[in-house]
Amino acid sequence: MDLFVAIMVNVAAASTPLVFAAMGELVVEKSGVLNLGVEGMMLMGAIAGFAAGYASGSMLIGIIVAGIAGGLLALLFGFLTQHLLANQVATGLALTIFGIGISAMVGHSFVGISLDPIAKGIPFLEDIPVIGKLFFGHDILVYASFVMTALVFYFLYKTRAGLILRAVGTNHDAAHSIGYSVIKIRYMAIVFGGAMAGIGGAYLSMAVNPMWVEEMTAGRGWIALALVVFATWRPGRVLVGAYLFGGISILQLNLQAMGVTIAPQLLAMLPYLVTIAVLVIISRDSGLMKKHAPACLGKIFHASS
Amino acid sequence: MFLKLESRGEANRNMVYLTPVLAVILTLITGFFLFLAMGHDPFEALYTFFIYPISNSYGISELLVKATPIILCAIGLSMGFRANVWNIGAEGQLTLGAIFGGTVALMFYEQEGWYIIPLMMVAGVVGGALWAAIPAFLKTRFNANEILVSLMLTYVAFQLLSYLVHGPLRDPDGYNFPESRLFSDSAIVPILWEGTRFHVGGLFALLAVVAGWLMISRHLIGFQIRVIGMAPMAASYAGFSEKKLIWFTLLLSGGLAGLAGMFEVSGPVGQLVPSISPGYGFTAIIVAFLGRLHPVGIMMAGLLVALTYLGGESGQITLGLPEAVTGVFQGMLLFYLLASDVLIKYRVVPNFGTAKS
Repeated sequence: MDLFVAIMVNVAAASTPLVFAAMGELVVEKSGVLNLGVEGMMLMGAIAGFAAGYASGSMLIGIIVAGIAGGLLALLFGFLTQHLLANQVATGLALTIFGIGISAMVGHSFVGISLDPIAKGIPFLEDIPVIGKLFFGHDILVYASFVMTALVFYFLYKTRAGLILRAVGTNHDAAHSIGYSVIKIRYMAIVFGGAMAGIGGAYLSMAVNPMWVEEMTAGRGWIALALVVFATWRPGRVLVGAYLFGGISILQLNLQAMGVTIAPQLLAMLPYLVTIAVLVIISRDSGLMKKHAPACLGKIFHASS
Repeated sequence: MFLKLESRGEANRNMVYLTPVLAVILTLITGFFLFLAMGHDPFEALYTFFIYPISNSYGISELLVKATPIILCAIGLSMGFRANVWNIGAEGQLTLGAIFGGTVALMFYEQEGWYIIPLMMVAGVVGGALWAAIPAFLKTRFNANEILVSLMLTYVAFQLLSYLVHGPLRDPDGYNFPESRLFSDSAIVPILWEGTRFHVGGLFALLAVVAGWLMISRHLIGFQIRVIGMAPMAASYAGFSEKKLIWFTLLLSGGLAGLAGMFEVSGPVGQLVPSISPGYGFTAIIVAFLGRLHPVGIMMAGLLVALTYLGGESGQITLGLPEAVTGVFQGMLLFYLLASDVLIKYRVVPNFGTAKS
């Protein structure tokens, strides 16, 4: 039982960065924008959060700064794609390349320093027998990621603003013609996505593995992008998908620890291969994809006024 | 906003060639302030980064060594990008080419034979093309996004290489270091320029440039690639098969990346090690765009971007700058290019607050 609880706590820790990053990207894609720079924004958040947390000694400040750093990088993406009408695929790739470079440059002086990880467990509640550790033994951001999922769901499907955002993603010309500012709405979505990716990245450098390592996201930004497709653009499924992937990556580590005779490098391929497998399973049903994918995803909008 | 964009009606041809130059200038200006902010003399830093590395003939040869794999990868990628096929896994395909080519080299360890290097080249191309065939198959058969699949496979390729050099291909006399044996002389590509590391791979990069140029300007498949990228509907009316082009562009770019990987292990590296390329496959994406997806442009862009690698090394040695500055410059270059590309189709005009329509 103790082992099971310990594994579940690790699964939650491995899944949380994916929940944040994918939830942010979900909102961005719902507004009709494809930002492939999640990996770069996560890395920016990881180093900014680590540096700010280290300098201030406050985890909260670290997380806030990480969100701002991710949001600022996303703002650059927004300016290029929304105002200068640059190709979203190319700009997203540029964001990732730039994010890898600048995080490594800033992080240069932080290599080898470690931070106290964000505290786990809710006082008193975690002492409840049996279920205490399982439900209340996590750090605050794990709970925040669930709250965020609920908020995103509520925003997208229960509020007027969410309806407008989805309308912009489905048909930007129609939304524009009835008076909504397509560019402004998309900017807000893009910055939100960047902030979420930044927080997801900071979770890696502050909670999962509290130190800075170059390119420490190891493709999680891309897995988050795949998760959004896998979830057919629905928040609840993003959460389930993120835990599926978190579970696989922890399973892989535990198999290694249990002395399974498969080489660790081959086990480490597992999360990436599973990502490909689920993409194939979801994508082969083109009707399903058409029904759920925002119709204007990745298309450039320029009001010819 | 005081400025607004006004459509030029048709693309401005001059701007197509001017914007890459503009992007380079803007990158240098930003670099100036970046170095200033980091507390370095910006003139000295820019000199160390962009001029010092190529101020002697050995530096020039190193530039060619670095440009070779970048250009090989970028030529292939550009064909796909023209047809809206986004292979961004060239780094993984390069790694597979290195694994396949390197395995052949190790099979013929301490043997002589003129056929060994050609065999390694074929193996490298096959390795890269096989790795690219996976996203091609999954895209054409199951409609799976080739961006995500090709990228995921890059991480798988890294793990595969790491597994091989830790296990089956490890040097038996190498004190457990994760490295293969050093290749025999018969498996090392001939040097073209005495006293440097510049090898015959450079000729193949040049060949790829010429062949790529002929293909897009003279051959039917080049025409199909251009049409499908610009007007997919027209292409389907004309009976061009999109699936066939997905296969063609992915196999071509994978094969060329594989060849680049084989040349790396058979040239500058000389054995299989856990990390073969400092991101040439990703850098090639920038080079393909900076070169306007045109083979000749790619050759020039490849040389320029190869300089950022040399500059990074030189800045690290002389000024103690982190090597990652290279990535920052490469990212900036692509940002400025994408930003200034707006000038191709639009002109910037003052906005006098006309009513919105």
